[in-house]
Amino acid sequence: MSYEQLSAFAQTSGMIYFMAIFAAVCLYVFWPSNRAKFDKAARMPLENEDIDHVR
Amino acid sequence: MEPTQLKSKAMPRFDIIFTGGVAFLVALWAVFATSHADDLGMVVHGWIFLGAAILAVLGLVFTAQGTALKNDQAIYSDGVVRFGVIASTFWGIVGMLVGVVIASQLAFPELLYFKDFGFLNFGRLRPLHTSAVIFAFGGNVLLATSFYVVQRTCRARLFGGMLPWFVFWGYQLFIVLAATGYLLGVTSGQEYAEPTWHVDLWLTVVWVAYLLVFLGTLWKRKEPHIYVANWFYLAFIVTIAMLHVVNNLAVPTSAFATSSYPLFGGVQNALTQWWYGHNAVGFFLTAGFLAIMYYFIPKQVNRPVYSYQLSIVHFWALIFIYIWAGPHHLHYTALPQWAQTLGMTFSIILWMPSWGGMINGLMTLSGAWDKLRTDPVLRMFVASLAFYGMSTFEGPVMSVRAVNSLSHYTDWTIGHVHSGALGWVGMVSFGALYALTPWLWKRERLYSLKLVEMHFWLSTIGILFYISSMWVSGIQQGLMWRSYNEFGFLTYSFVETVKAMHLPYIVRAIGGLLYLIGTCIMAYNLWQTIKGAVAKKEPLSFANPNLVPAE
Repeated sequence: MSYEQLSAFAQTSGMIYFMAIFAAVCLYVFWPSNRAKFDKAARMPLENEDIDHVR
Repeated sequence: MEPTQLKSKAMPRFDIIFTGGVAFLVALWAVFATSHADDLGMVVHGWIFLGAAILAVLGLVFTAQGTALKNDQAIYSDGVVRFGVIASTFWGIVGMLVGVVIASQLAFPELLYFKDFGFLNFGRLRPLHTSAVIFAFGGNVLLATSFYVVQRTCRARLFGGMLPWFVFWGYQLFIVLAATGYLLGVTSGQEYAEPTWHVDLWLTVVWVAYLLVFLGTLWKRKEPHIYVANWFYLAFIVTIAMLHVVNNLAVPTSAFATSSYPLFGGVQNALTQWWYGHNAVGFFLTAGFLAIMYYFIPKQVNRPVYSYQLSIVHFWALIFIYIWAGPHHLHYTALPQWAQTLGMTFSIILWMPSWGGMINGLMTLSGAWDKLRTDPVLRMFVASLAFYGMSTFEGPVMSVRAVNSLSHYTDWTIGHVHSGALGWVGMVSFGALYALTPWLWKRERLYSLKLVEMHFWLSTIGILFYISSMWVSGIQQGLMWRSYNEFGFLTYSFVETVKAMHLPYIVRAIGGLLYLIGTCIMAYNLWQTIKGAVAKKEPLSFANPNLVPAE
């Protein structure tokens, strides 16, 4: 495999790999049914006041 | 009170067996090291290892008599976090003090220079400074906050019985070994990875235990979702393990010698080193401290993070892109040009996740900006984000090959590193320590908010002194190095460029000193808070924002 072939392969597959990962993350993030889960998760640091003072 | 207590009695205590076993093996090796070592550094390290092993066994025995070894079923284990807060403050002062000393040595080369006595030479103190502030101060802040945050957001006690204590004390042992090694001139010569092979091995054991504690706690979690801060902590722990092991692959010359042969040579070694070095920035100094941001800023303003969805995109984008940016440290070297361009390209792409994260942190304050006026701890967090935004803007600019041809090897780099280290890492850590101390010791508030304010201004002005003097010095240095006269000769000799930097170096030392004084004030404030004191002139109601006139 020549250098040109290798670099063409590396660049193309790298681009596809990164775009695919990014698309997957965006799909997960903006999937409508996940919305409620994320809203709940965002409040996690704020909701443990009571337990905080147990000990 | 819980049925789990019965179950845990039946189980063998792997944490005790593990700690005892490790102490035994370390002691066995250390006894031979003290008698058979080839160099002074190894003899000293043998004694330190032996002492630590004996202390570990004594600790096990004494706590076994009390109740400490029983499987404590209190909801959270905070003892180790308290120790982490104290250790962070202590190492912070040590590391910054050494920084002020070496900054002064650069301005006045005669300072603390002894011809026949090398312990305090710049070359030995410099790695002591970098390791002390990054790994001892920053590392302890990350240990303490990660142990605190993972328990709160998982609603689960730390996994592993006494394993978290092993991680904490093991990490302190690593710091002592690294620091004594540097002073004795024992180094593997790789920047930010100077500890020698036996110290590296020890850190690997500690780090694997850290990963186990963290993963085990996540495994036990009572929340279905893993909060974003824990993702950042996990990326930090896993990636540092990988970087540390690969960059330190070496064959020691003997089992009791500090010297070793690295596995990689030449440009391969350089690339591995800067793959390690830049991701120490990306995953130790960025991902770990972003985890602090995602927990402590929402907590401090009492609002959820601006966009949880953005935080997920931020996380995956950051970790996938950072890992490729290392080659920008090797512009105009034997590294192939395409690899340099790759590093530069990824550094520029990094702008997006970095600023996405910064905006996410800052916008968490939207609707609560007025708290900035009454809460100096929050001001610390916001200033840290401002410096984060600034240094993650400057970094990609400097990674461009043309800019790098001016900035590389000059003080501009030092200034850039410190705007990130003092501004972002330092101030977000101070904020976290100020927030944690009253929570951990169950105090109503800090001893004095005025002292926090004083600390804030001292450190902010200190950083400004530091980075502006380094811009002046670095750009001047770069321009002097590259200037030719009409005959094609260099205009300036090297020593002339050194002479020109004298004044900026004094300003830099002053900036560092201001920053150090601020940290000492913090230590006093935290100490008084732990004691339960409240400043006389600041009654508790001072903390009540209602008493402050609005707008």
